[in-house]
Amino acid sequence: MSKLAIIDYGMGNLRSVAKAIEHVAADVQVLVTADPAEVLAADRVVFPGQGAMPDCMRELDARGLRPAVLEAARNKPFLGICIGQQMLFEHSQEGDVPGLCVFKGEVRRFPADKMVGADGARLKVPHMGWNEVWQKQAHPLWVGIPDGARFYYVHSYYVDPADPAIVAATTDYGIPFTGAVAQANIFAVQFHPEKSAAAGLQLLSNFMSWKP
Amino acid sequence: MLAKRIIPCLDVSAGRVVKGVNFVELRDAGDPVEVARRYDEQGADEITFLDITASSDDRNIILHVVEQVAEQVFIPLTVGGGVRCVDDVRRLLNAGADKVSMNTAAVNNPQLVADAAGKVGSQCIVVAIDAKQVAPGKWEVFTHGGRNRTGLDAIEWAQKVASLGAGEILLTSMDRDGTKNGFDLGLTRAVSDAISIPVIASGGVGNLDHLADGVTLGRADAVLAASIFHFGEHTVREAKELMRARGIEVRL
Repeated sequence: MSKLAIIDYGMGNLRSVAKAIEHVAADVQVLVTADPAEVLAADRVVFPGQGAMPDCMRELDARGLRPAVLEAARNKPFLGICIGQQMLFEHSQEGDVPGLCVFKGEVRRFPADKMVGADGARLKVPHMGWNEVWQKQAHPLWVGIPDGARFYYVHSYYVDPADPAIVAATTDYGIPFTGAVAQANIFAVQFHPEKSAAAGLQLLSNFMSWKP
Repeated sequence: MLAKRIIPCLDVSAGRVVKGVNFVELRDAGDPVEVARRYDEQGADEITFLDITASSDDRNIILHVVEQVAEQVFIPLTVGGGVRCVDDVRRLLNAGADKVSMNTAAVNNPQLVADAAGKVGSQCIVVAIDAKQVAPGKWEVFTHGGRNRTGLDAIEWAQKVASLGAGEILLTSMDRDGTKNGFDLGLTRAVSDAISIPVIASGGVGNLDHLADGVTLGRADAVLAASIFHFGEHTVREAKELMRARGIEVRL
Protein backbone atom coordinates (compact mmCIF):
# COMPACT_ATOMS: atom_id res chain seq x y z
CA MET A 1 0.00 0.00 0.00
CA SER A 2 1.37 3.43 -0.89
CA LYS A 3 2.05 5.93 1.86
CA LEU A 4 1.09 9.57 2.00
CA ALA A 5 2.67 11.80 4.64
CA ILE A 6 0.88 14.96 5.75
CA ILE A 7 3.51 17.04 7.47
CA ASP A 8 2.39 17.99 10.97
CA TYR A 9 4.29 20.85 12.55
CA GLY A 10 1.54 21.85 14.94
CA MET A 11 -0.05 24.54 12.80
CA GLY A 12 -3.65 23.98 11.93
CA ASN A 13 -6.11 21.24 11.46
CA LEU A 14 -4.65 18.46 9.38
CA ARG A 15 -7.50 16.08 9.97
CA SER A 16 -9.59 17.67 7.23
CA VAL A 17 -6.82 17.15 4.70
CA ALA A 18 -6.37 13.53 5.82
CA LYS A 19 -10.10 12.78 5.68
CA ALA A 20 -10.52 14.36 2.25
CA ILE A 21 -7.65 12.28 0.85
CA GLU A 22 -8.96 9.09 2.46
CA HIS A 23 -12.29 9.92 0.86
CA VAL A 24 -10.82 9.97 -2.67
CA ALA A 25 -8.02 7.39 -2.38
CA ALA A 26 -9.02 4.11 -0.81
CA ASP A 27 -5.74 2.32 -1.30
CA VAL A 28 -3.39 4.56 0.61
CA GLN A 29 -2.03 4.79 4.11
CA VAL A 30 -2.41 8.40 5.25
CA LEU A 31 0.06 9.43 7.94
CA VAL A 32 -0.22 12.75 9.74
CA THR A 33 3.34 12.94 10.96
CA ALA A 34 6.02 15.12 12.53
CA ASP A 35 8.65 12.43 12.07
CA PRO A 36 11.24 13.32 9.39
CA ALA A 37 11.92 9.62 8.78
CA GLU A 38 8.26 9.00 7.97
CA VAL A 39 8.20 11.96 5.62
CA LEU A 40 11.26 10.61 3.82
CA ALA A 41 9.78 7.11 3.63
CA ALA A 42 6.46 8.27 2.16
CA ASP A 43 5.57 7.95 -1.52
CA ARG A 44 3.80 11.32 -1.58
CA VAL A 45 3.84 14.36 0.66
CA VAL A 46 1.28 17.04 1.52
CA PHE A 47 2.65 20.21 3.08
CA PRO A 48 -0.23 22.15 4.63
CA GLY A 49 -0.23 25.22 6.82
CA GLN A 50 -2.50 27.61 8.64
CA GLY A 51 -2.10 30.75 10.65
CA ALA A 52 0.83 33.09 10.29
CA MET A 53 3.90 32.22 8.22
CA PRO A 54 6.45 33.30 10.88
CA ASP A 55 4.85 30.85 13.35
CA CYS A 56 4.78 28.13 10.70
CA MET A 57 8.48 28.57 9.88
CA ARG A 58 9.41 28.58 13.56
CA GLU A 59 7.40 25.44 14.35
CA LEU A 60 8.74 23.64 11.29
CA ASP A 61 12.29 24.24 12.46
CA ALA A 62 11.47 23.54 16.11
CA ARG A 63 10.49 20.03 14.99
CA GLY A 64 13.55 19.62 12.80
CA LEU A 65 11.41 19.08 9.72
CA ARG A 66 13.07 21.49 7.31
CA PRO A 67 15.55 19.01 5.77
CA ALA A 68 12.84 16.39 5.25
CA VAL A 69 10.52 18.92 3.60
CA LEU A 70 13.28 20.13 1.28
CA GLU A 71 14.25 16.56 0.40
CA ALA A 72 10.64 15.60 -0.32
CA ALA A 73 10.22 18.73 -2.46
CA ARG A 74 13.15 17.54 -4.58
CA ASN A 75 11.91 14.11 -5.53
CA LYS A 76 8.38 13.14 -4.41
CA PRO A 77 4.93 14.16 -5.62
CA PHE A 78 4.54 17.16 -3.33
CA LEU A 79 1.40 19.20 -2.68
CA GLY A 80 1.65 22.52 -0.82
CA ILE A 81 -1.55 24.02 0.56
CA CYS A 82 -2.11 27.61 1.76
CA ILE A 83 0.80 28.61 4.03
CA GLY A 84 2.43 25.38 2.84
CA GLN A 85 2.59 27.02 -0.59
CA GLN A 86 3.80 30.36 0.76
CA MET A 87 6.63 28.73 2.75
CA LEU A 88 8.14 27.38 -0.47
CA PHE A 89 9.07 30.92 -1.51
CA GLU A 90 12.06 33.08 -0.56
CA HIS A 91 10.52 35.62 1.74
CA SER A 92 7.19 36.78 3.20
CA GLN A 93 6.01 40.28 4.00
CA GLU A 94 4.11 38.68 6.85
CA GLY A 95 6.47 39.12 9.77
CA ASP A 96 9.35 39.81 7.32
CA VAL A 97 10.55 36.19 7.46
CA PRO A 98 12.57 34.09 5.02
CA GLY A 99 10.93 30.99 3.57
CA LEU A 100 12.33 27.70 2.33
CA CYS A 101 13.55 29.18 -0.99
CA VAL A 102 12.34 26.29 -3.14
CA PHE A 103 10.91 28.94 -5.49
CA LYS A 104 12.16 32.46 -6.13
CA GLY A 105 9.68 35.15 -5.24
CA GLU A 106 7.95 37.10 -2.52
CA VAL A 107 4.83 36.46 -0.43
CA ARG A 108 2.85 39.72 -0.44
CA ARG A 109 -0.15 41.14 1.37
CA PHE A 110 -3.16 42.23 -0.68
CA PRO A 111 -2.51 45.94 -1.34
CA ALA A 112 -5.06 48.05 0.56
CA ASP A 113 -5.32 50.62 -2.26
CA LYS A 114 -6.37 47.95 -4.80
CA MET A 115 -9.09 46.36 -2.68
CA VAL A 116 -12.05 47.79 -4.59
CA GLY A 117 -14.62 45.64 -6.37
CA ALA A 118 -16.23 46.20 -9.77
CA ASP A 119 -19.20 47.85 -8.02
CA GLY A 120 -16.97 50.23 -6.08
CA ALA A 121 -17.49 48.42 -2.79
CA ARG A 122 -14.51 47.65 -0.56
CA LEU A 123 -13.04 44.15 -0.94
CA LYS A 124 -12.47 42.60 2.45
CA VAL A 125 -9.20 41.05 3.65
CA PRO A 126 -8.89 38.14 4.43
CA HIS A 127 -9.99 37.07 0.96
CA MET A 128 -12.49 34.53 2.23
CA GLY A 129 -14.78 32.37 0.16
CA TRP A 130 -15.22 30.70 -3.20
CA ASN A 131 -13.42 32.31 -6.11
CA GLU A 132 -12.70 31.34 -9.70
CA VAL A 133 -9.42 29.59 -10.40
CA TRP A 134 -8.16 30.24 -13.94
CA GLN A 135 -5.78 27.58 -15.16
CA LYS A 136 -2.62 28.94 -16.77
CA GLN A 137 -1.10 25.67 -17.92
CA ALA A 138 -2.29 22.18 -18.68
CA HIS A 139 -1.41 19.96 -15.75
CA PRO A 140 -2.38 16.47 -14.57
CA LEU A 141 -3.83 18.00 -11.38
CA TRP A 142 -6.36 20.01 -13.39
CA VAL A 143 -7.79 16.95 -15.15
CA GLY A 144 -11.57 16.87 -14.81
CA ILE A 145 -11.71 20.37 -13.31
CA PRO A 146 -13.29 23.06 -15.51
CA ASP A 147 -11.27 26.22 -16.08
CA GLY A 148 -12.70 28.87 -13.76
CA ALA A 149 -14.01 26.34 -11.24
CA ARG A 150 -14.48 27.86 -7.79
CA PHE A 151 -12.27 26.84 -4.89
CA TYR A 152 -12.39 27.96 -1.26
CA TYR A 153 -9.82 30.56 -0.27
CA VAL A 154 -9.03 32.11 3.07
CA HIS A 155 -5.87 34.23 3.20
CA SER A 156 -4.46 37.75 3.37
CA TYR A 157 -1.14 37.06 1.62
CA TYR A 158 -0.39 35.54 -1.78
CA VAL A 159 2.72 34.33 -3.60
CA ASP A 160 4.34 36.41 -6.33
CA PRO A 161 6.73 34.07 -8.18
CA ALA A 162 9.79 35.56 -9.88
CA ASP A 163 9.41 33.02 -12.68
CA PRO A 164 6.02 33.40 -14.40
CA ALA A 165 6.48 29.96 -15.99
CA ILE A 166 5.62 28.23 -12.69
CA VAL A 167 2.22 29.92 -12.41
CA ALA A 168 -0.40 27.17 -12.73
CA ALA A 169 -3.47 29.28 -11.94
CA THR A 170 -4.53 32.82 -11.17
CA THR A 171 -7.52 34.29 -9.37
CA ASP A 172 -8.82 37.87 -9.40
CA TYR A 173 -9.39 39.73 -6.16
CA GLY A 174 -8.78 43.43 -6.66
CA ILE A 175 -5.65 42.28 -8.46
CA PRO A 176 -4.92 39.08 -10.35
CA PHE A 177 -2.82 36.90 -8.04
CA THR A 178 -1.19 33.48 -8.26
CA GLY A 179 -3.54 30.77 -6.99
CA ALA A 180 -1.35 27.78 -7.85
CA VAL A 181 2.21 27.04 -8.90
CA ALA A 182 3.68 23.94 -10.52
CA GLN A 183 7.18 22.77 -11.28
CA ALA A 184 8.34 19.20 -11.88
CA ASN A 185 7.17 17.13 -8.86
CA ILE A 186 5.71 20.11 -6.95
CA PHE A 187 2.19 21.47 -7.12
CA ALA A 188 1.16 24.10 -4.60
CA VAL A 189 -2.10 25.97 -4.12
CA GLN A 190 -3.23 28.95 -2.08
CA PHE A 191 -6.82 27.69 -1.84
CA HIS A 192 -8.03 24.76 0.27
CA PRO A 193 -8.83 21.72 -1.91
CA GLU A 194 -9.91 19.81 1.23
CA LYS A 195 -12.70 22.37 1.71
CA SER A 196 -13.62 22.94 -1.93
CA ALA A 197 -16.32 20.31 -2.39
CA ALA A 198 -16.26 18.37 -5.70
CA ALA A 199 -13.55 20.45 -7.42
CA GLY A 200 -11.25 20.11 -4.43
CA LEU A 201 -11.78 16.36 -4.11
CA GLN A 202 -11.03 15.99 -7.83
CA LEU A 203 -7.73 17.86 -7.40
CA LEU A 204 -6.76 15.67 -4.44
CA SER A 205 -7.71 12.56 -6.38
CA ASN A 206 -5.56 13.77 -9.28
CA PHE A 207 -2.66 14.35 -6.90
CA MET A 208 -2.94 10.83 -5.52
CA SER A 209 -2.60 9.32 -8.99
CA TRP A 210 -0.03 11.83 -10.28
CA LYS A 211 3.24 10.39 -11.59
CA PRO A 212 5.49 13.38 -12.23
CA MET B 1 -14.97 37.25 -8.88
CA LEU B 2 -15.40 36.18 -5.29
CA ALA B 3 -18.86 34.71 -4.73
CA LYS B 4 -21.15 35.90 -1.97
CA ARG B 5 -21.71 33.03 0.42
CA ILE B 6 -24.90 31.39 1.67
CA ILE B 7 -24.49 29.72 5.03
CA PRO B 8 -27.19 27.51 6.55
CA CYS B 9 -27.05 27.52 10.34
CA LEU B 10 -27.89 24.45 12.39
CA ASP B 11 -28.74 24.54 16.07
CA VAL B 12 -27.35 21.44 17.73
CA SER B 13 -28.32 20.19 21.16
CA ALA B 14 -26.89 17.03 22.71
CA GLY B 15 -25.77 15.82 19.29
CA ARG B 16 -29.00 16.36 17.38
CA VAL B 17 -30.15 19.15 15.10
CA VAL B 18 -33.07 20.93 16.75
CA LYS B 19 -35.59 23.45 15.49
CA GLY B 20 -37.25 25.96 17.70
CA VAL B 21 -40.98 26.11 17.37
CA ASN B 22 -42.53 29.32 18.65
CA PHE B 23 -39.26 30.07 20.45
CA VAL B 24 -40.03 27.57 23.23
CA GLU B 25 -40.40 23.99 22.16
CA LEU B 26 -37.38 22.35 20.56
CA ARG B 27 -38.14 19.70 18.00
CA ASP B 28 -35.70 17.07 16.81
CA ALA B 29 -34.74 17.83 13.22
CA GLY B 30 -32.36 15.05 12.48
CA ASP B 31 -28.83 13.83 12.43
CA PRO B 32 -26.25 16.62 11.96
CA VAL B 33 -24.27 14.58 9.42
CA GLU B 34 -27.32 13.95 7.25
CA VAL B 35 -28.55 17.52 7.44
CA ALA B 36 -25.09 18.92 6.69
CA ARG B 37 -24.69 16.56 3.75
CA ARG B 38 -28.05 17.65 2.37
CA TYR B 39 -27.04 21.31 2.51
CA ASP B 40 -23.70 20.49 0.91
CA GLU B 41 -25.54 18.78 -1.95
CA GLN B 42 -27.75 21.84 -2.35
CA GLY B 43 -24.64 23.98 -2.79
CA ALA B 44 -24.19 25.57 0.64
CA ASP B 45 -20.91 27.49 0.73
CA GLU B 46 -20.27 26.77 4.40
CA ILE B 47 -22.20 25.34 7.31
CA THR B 48 -22.45 26.85 10.77
CA PHE B 49 -23.24 24.79 13.85
CA LEU B 50 -24.46 26.54 16.94
CA ASP B 51 -24.14 24.33 19.99
CA ILE B 52 -27.07 25.16 22.24
CA THR B 53 -26.56 22.15 24.53
CA ALA B 54 -27.82 23.23 27.93
CA SER B 55 -25.90 20.82 30.13
CA SER B 56 -22.18 21.34 30.49
CA ASP B 57 -21.85 17.56 30.86
CA ASP B 58 -22.87 17.21 27.26
CA ARG B 59 -20.41 19.79 25.93
CA ASN B 60 -18.05 17.24 24.44
CA ILE B 61 -20.80 15.82 22.26
CA ILE B 62 -20.35 18.69 19.79
CA LEU B 63 -16.77 17.53 19.22
CA HIS B 64 -18.01 14.15 18.03
CA VAL B 65 -20.58 15.83 15.81
CA VAL B 66 -17.90 17.98 14.21
CA GLU B 67 -15.63 14.96 13.73
CA GLN B 68 -18.36 13.01 11.99
CA VAL B 69 -19.45 15.87 9.75
CA ALA B 70 -15.86 16.75 8.80
CA GLU B 71 -15.32 13.18 7.61
CA GLN B 72 -18.07 13.45 5.04
CA VAL B 73 -18.69 17.07 4.18
CA PHE B 74 -15.83 18.86 2.45
CA ILE B 75 -16.83 22.50 2.76
CA PRO B 76 -15.91 24.90 5.57
CA LEU B 77 -17.52 24.32 8.94
CA THR B 78 -17.95 26.99 11.60
CA VAL B 79 -18.84 26.04 15.16
CA GLY B 80 -20.04 28.35 17.91
CA GLY B 81 -21.73 28.17 21.28
CA GLY B 82 -20.11 27.87 24.66
CA VAL B 83 -16.59 28.74 23.50
CA ARG B 84 -14.82 30.17 26.54
CA CYS B 85 -11.08 29.79 26.13
CA VAL B 86 -8.31 29.13 23.63
CA ASP B 87 -8.41 25.43 24.51
CA ASP B 88 -12.08 25.28 23.50
CA VAL B 89 -11.09 26.81 20.16
CA ARG B 90 -8.28 24.33 19.67
CA ARG B 91 -10.45 21.32 20.52
CA LEU B 92 -13.08 22.35 17.97
CA LEU B 93 -10.48 23.00 15.26
CA ASN B 94 -8.78 19.68 15.96
CA ALA B 95 -12.14 17.94 15.68
CA GLY B 96 -12.52 19.35 12.16
CA ALA B 97 -14.01 22.83 12.47
CA ASP B 98 -12.46 25.42 10.17
CA LYS B 99 -13.65 28.42 12.11
CA VAL B 100 -14.80 28.91 15.66
CA SER B 101 -17.27 31.57 16.64
CA MET B 102 -17.20 33.31 20.02
CA ASN B 103 -19.68 35.76 21.47
CA THR B 104 -20.16 36.27 25.22
CA ALA B 105 -16.63 35.15 26.05
CA ALA B 106 -15.22 37.82 23.75
CA VAL B 107 -17.35 40.49 25.42
CA ASN B 108 -16.24 39.33 28.87
CA ASN B 109 -12.61 39.07 27.85
CA PRO B 110 -11.65 40.79 24.56
CA GLN B 111 -8.08 39.55 24.99
CA LEU B 112 -9.42 36.08 24.20
CA VAL B 113 -9.91 37.21 20.58
CA ALA B 114 -6.29 38.29 20.36
CA ASP B 115 -5.00 35.18 22.16
CA ALA B 116 -7.02 32.82 19.99
CA ALA B 117 -6.13 34.60 16.73
CA GLY B 118 -2.48 34.59 17.79
CA LYS B 119 -2.56 30.85 18.40
CA VAL B 120 -4.63 29.57 15.50
CA GLY B 121 -4.74 32.47 13.05
CA SER B 122 -7.31 35.17 12.36
CA GLN B 123 -8.88 33.11 9.60
CA CYS B 124 -10.23 30.68 12.20
CA ILE B 125 -11.74 33.26 14.53
CA VAL B 126 -15.27 34.53 14.03
CA VAL B 127 -16.73 36.98 16.51
CA ALA B 128 -20.51 36.77 16.75
CA ILE B 129 -22.19 40.06 17.59
CA ASP B 130 -25.82 40.20 18.71
CA ALA B 131 -27.04 43.78 18.34
CA LYS B 132 -30.22 45.71 19.05
CA GLN B 133 -31.08 49.17 17.82
CA VAL B 134 -31.11 51.70 20.67
CA ALA B 135 -31.38 54.95 18.67
CA PRO B 136 -31.50 55.91 15.00
CA GLY B 137 -28.22 54.72 13.48
CA LYS B 138 -27.06 53.26 16.80
CA TRP B 139 -26.96 49.65 17.93
CA GLU B 140 -25.87 48.10 21.21
CA VAL B 141 -24.24 44.70 21.72
CA PHE B 142 -26.26 42.21 23.76
CA THR B 143 -25.36 38.78 25.08
CA HIS B 144 -27.32 35.74 26.27
CA GLY B 145 -29.72 35.73 23.34
CA GLY B 146 -30.52 39.41 23.70
CA ARG B 147 -31.21 39.42 27.43
CA ASN B 148 -28.07 41.15 28.71
CA ARG B 149 -26.98 44.63 27.68
CA THR B 150 -23.27 45.23 27.43
CA GLY B 151 -23.13 48.99 26.94
CA LEU B 152 -20.94 48.39 23.87
CA ASP B 153 -21.69 50.15 20.60
CA ALA B 154 -21.98 47.48 17.89
CA ILE B 155 -19.93 49.35 15.28
CA GLU B 156 -17.15 50.22 17.72
CA TRP B 157 -17.13 46.65 19.04
CA ALA B 158 -16.84 45.25 15.52
CA GLN B 159 -13.90 47.59 14.86
CA LYS B 160 -12.28 46.57 18.12
CA VAL B 161 -12.50 42.81 17.58
CA ALA B 162 -11.28 43.26 14.00
CA SER B 163 -8.23 45.10 15.34
CA LEU B 164 -7.71 42.34 17.93
CA GLY B 165 -7.48 39.76 15.15
CA ALA B 166 -10.98 38.46 14.38
CA GLY B 167 -11.14 37.19 10.79
CA GLU B 168 -14.85 37.61 10.31
CA ILE B 169 -17.97 39.01 12.02
CA LEU B 170 -21.24 37.10 12.35
CA LEU B 171 -23.70 39.93 12.86
CA THR B 172 -27.18 39.13 14.17
CA SER B 173 -29.94 41.67 14.62
CA MET B 174 -31.80 40.72 17.79
CA ASP B 175 -34.64 43.01 16.66
CA ARG B 176 -35.10 40.95 13.51
CA ASP B 177 -34.14 37.45 14.66
CA GLY B 178 -37.17 35.18 14.29
CA THR B 179 -39.37 37.89 12.73
CA LYS B 180 -38.99 36.86 9.06
CA ASN B 181 -39.03 40.57 8.20
CA GLY B 182 -35.57 40.57 6.67
CA PHE B 183 -32.13 41.59 7.91
CA ASP B 184 -31.59 44.90 9.68
CA LEU B 185 -29.96 46.37 6.59
CA GLY B 186 -28.95 49.60 8.31
CA LEU B 187 -27.02 47.67 10.94
CA THR B 188 -25.47 45.32 8.39
CA ARG B 189 -24.30 48.12 6.14
CA ALA B 190 -23.03 50.28 9.00
CA VAL B 191 -20.87 47.45 10.35
CA SER B 192 -19.75 46.19 6.95
CA ASP B 193 -18.67 49.67 5.86
CA ALA B 194 -16.83 50.27 9.15
CA ILE B 195 -14.49 47.27 9.02
CA SER B 196 -12.20 45.63 6.49
CA ILE B 197 -12.96 42.00 7.45
CA PRO B 198 -15.93 40.06 6.04
CA VAL B 199 -19.38 40.35 7.61
CA ILE B 200 -22.02 37.60 7.69
CA ALA B 201 -25.54 39.01 7.98
CA SER B 202 -27.94 37.09 10.22
CA GLY B 203 -31.35 37.38 11.77
CA GLY B 204 -34.73 37.89 10.16
CA VAL B 205 -34.65 36.08 6.83
CA GLY B 206 -38.20 35.30 5.73
CA ASN B 207 -37.80 34.98 1.98
CA LEU B 208 -35.11 34.66 -0.65
CA ASP B 209 -35.14 38.34 -1.57
CA HIS B 210 -34.09 39.09 1.98
CA LEU B 211 -30.88 37.15 1.38
CA ALA B 212 -30.15 39.15 -1.77
CA ASP B 213 -30.96 42.41 0.02
CA GLY B 214 -28.41 41.57 2.69
CA VAL B 215 -25.73 41.54 0.01
CA THR B 216 -26.87 44.38 -2.24
CA LEU B 217 -28.21 46.84 0.34
CA GLY B 218 -26.49 45.57 3.49
CA ARG B 219 -23.15 44.97 1.74
CA ALA B 220 -22.72 41.70 3.59
CA ASP B 221 -20.08 39.29 2.32
CA ALA B 222 -22.16 36.29 3.33
CA VAL B 223 -25.71 35.63 4.49
CA LEU B 224 -26.78 33.15 7.13
CA ALA B 225 -30.21 31.65 7.57
CA ALA B 226 -31.77 28.82 9.49
CA SER B 227 -35.51 28.35 9.37
CA ILE B 228 -35.99 29.28 5.72
CA PHE B 229 -33.91 26.22 4.81
CA HIS B 230 -34.78 23.87 7.67
CA PHE B 231 -38.49 23.81 7.18
CA GLY B 232 -38.09 22.94 3.51
CA GLU B 233 -39.52 26.25 2.33
CA HIS B 234 -36.51 26.78 0.07
CA THR B 235 -33.31 25.06 -0.90
CA VAL B 236 -29.92 26.72 -0.92
CA ARG B 237 -29.90 26.25 -4.69
CA GLU B 238 -33.12 28.26 -5.07
CA ALA B 239 -31.60 31.01 -2.98
CA LYS B 240 -28.55 31.10 -5.21
CA GLU B 241 -30.61 31.12 -8.39
CA LEU B 242 -32.54 34.11 -7.14
CA MET B 243 -29.37 35.91 -6.08
CA ARG B 244 -27.82 35.28 -9.47
CA ALA B 245 -30.95 36.59 -11.19
CA ARG B 246 -30.52 39.75 -9.13
CA GLY B 247 -26.97 40.15 -10.41
CA ILE B 248 -25.11 38.74 -7.41
CA GLU B 249 -22.04 36.56 -7.94
CA VAL B 250 -22.71 33.09 -6.45
CA ARG B 251 -21.24 29.61 -6.68
CA LEU B 252 -23.77 27.52 -8.60
